[in-house]
Amino acid sequence: MNNKDFKIVVLAKQVPDTHNVGKDAMKEDGTINRAALPAIFNPDDLKALEMALACKDALKDLMPVTVTVITMGPSRAADIIRESMFRGADNGIVVSDKRFAGSDTLATSYALSAAVKKLGKVDIVFSGRQAIDGDTAQVGPQVAEKLEIPQITYAEELVAMSENEIVIKRRLDRGVETVKTSFPVLITVHGNANDCRPRHAARLLKNKKACSLTEVKESQQSTANSQQFVEDMKALWAKKPYLKIEEWTADDINPDFARLGLSGSPTKVKSIENVVLTSKENKKINNSESEINELMKELVTAHII
Amino acid sequence: MNNILVFCEITEEQQIAEVSLELCSKARKLADRLSARLDAIVIGNDIKDIEEQLFPFGVDSVFYINDSRLSFYQTLPFFSTITKLIQEETPEIVLFGATAVGRDLAPRIASYLRCGLTADCTSLEIGDHTDAKTKTVYKDILYQIRPAFGGNIIATIVSPETRPQMATVREGVMKKEIYNENHKGVIRNLKTEDYINDTDFCIEIMNRQIEAQKVNIKGAPIIVAGGYGMGSKENFALLHELADVIGGEVGATRAAVDAGFTEMERQIGQTGVTVRPKLYIACGISGAVQHRAGMDQSAKIISINTDPNAPINSIADYTIIGDAMDIIPKMIKSYKNNML
Repeated sequence: MNNKDFKIVVLAKQVPDTHNVGKDAMKEDGTINRAALPAIFNPDDLKALEMALACKDALKDLMPVTVTVITMGPSRAADIIRESMFRGADNGIVVSDKRFAGSDTLATSYALSAAVKKLGKVDIVFSGRQAIDGDTAQVGPQVAEKLEIPQITYAEELVAMSENEIVIKRRLDRGVETVKTSFPVLITVHGNANDCRPRHAARLLKNKKACSLTEVKESQQSTANSQQFVEDMKALWAKKPYLKIEEWTADDINPDFARLGLSGSPTKVKSIENVVLTSKENKKINNSESEINELMKELVTAHII
Repeated sequence: MNNILVFCEITEEQQIAEVSLELCSKARKLADRLSARLDAIVIGNDIKDIEEQLFPFGVDSVFYINDSRLSFYQTLPFFSTITKLIQEETPEIVLFGATAVGRDLAPRIASYLRCGLTADCTSLEIGDHTDAKTKTVYKDILYQIRPAFGGNIIATIVSPETRPQMATVREGVMKKEIYNENHKGVIRNLKTEDYINDTDFCIEIMNRQIEAQKVNIKGAPIIVAGGYGMGSKENFALLHELADVIGGEVGATRAAVDAGFTEMERQIGQTGVTVRPKLYIACGISGAVQHRAGMDQSAKIISINTDPNAPINSIADYTIIGDAMDIIPKMIKSYKNNML
């Protein structure tokens, strides 16, 4: 990669599937116990990946374009890097460190922006509008601020793309707006945008062995001929470096450590309450015509309807 | 300084947005609790009647930037203005509507100022906080309360160390209330060039298509809402029939919208609109907390559900156990009989 290449970064998150929440979902300190939940590719981030790949398609005959996916999370988040590679991304990085634990959106965006900065010149940063485990939609604009680049939020459609500028249709509360800007820019992608293209058979074959060093080491514990496997993977990575999913720790992104994790998070969870419904006087009505008739009469008499 | 700042958003009709007036109403109460001044900021192009629109809600001073380039919201000029104003006025609390604009703008400001921001609060209160580790006591700080994660909990978030304390609040969550018709404040005109750089206009708006809201469930006195339990788009037609007969609008849960039973404008809940009608008829709605957050202030709630243990039943005034497809026609028939 050199500075003439067009570089696109996609910020993606592996999220707990909030549709399948069990009772172990929260830890005592009020943060999420991710280990207890099935993990999926955050839906808006998949749409961001598609828009990034569409930008690459528009430029690839003019210049080399790379799409790099960055995710912050535990080492198993390498799953979504692999998934992105099957669908068209060139490579990916898992940014993982215990020192990120307890990050709110500010500390998260600080760490992500430091990771993006480490890549050098980047032309477009894409991310999903929001993640389903928080619905805050804050990290995108905060990364843009930390990188000191403009932001376009809620992108719904890539209207035009050239080597100098991009035209995006974005969703507003009451309509749509079409905007044009030059690079660099950060774009957050709305759930209404195009679905991500499926896995591509050839890409699946090419990338199916992609993995991170942690994954190799973990699988080593369950294999008899473990040392050999590590050596084999290292030899493979030497030949095909794209098969190595990079892992960066906090040290690799050169941060101010006070701005990471809990210490870098101004918001604190003061208390959490399980929702206990306050029951009003509740009248049970059976579904007979006469009882429903009584109810409707009551509502009419009370001028409610 | 002892003050609270509310960002006032301008609608397509060049009026102060409802959500901003709701925020001013709430912020006035917080300001009284803290014996603080209530400030508002308005950024736009030739906005009329700012005094009449804002002062009755208890606003003490309005910071106003008037510039022909600012007819429509753009991130960077608004960001530059508000961050600089916050640095000058050092408010304790800054509030934004959780609109497309507020959710674009507030995070960028919080990032620059390195302060805490809580999205989509459903309640704001003032109280004390003791840090569990250091035992430091923080007096009179903002409790930012929101449903969180999977909808099974309500979290109270605080930002004890950093200022300002920032939060976004969805439209319809706070009640719009006149504070005093005769309340008088001052307007302080800010000079554009002191706050905005020309380079802030680096994103060109080529075209805007604004659609009037087709559905106005927020203002409807009666809402007939359907959930995933309605089963199909076809069955939703029956909800429209009932709503038409009794003079209401049709609302829906996120699950029903996701399933394609009806359009997104009808979605009620934490993501979607918040409503407080005089009658809410919940059909085939189990009652996830995100949905309840958008409707539990309704004056009367009727729940129609095949599940006697559906969570929504416990906040309902009336529960009819049974299939909505069977019950709604009986309601329509009964209403017609009683009115004729």
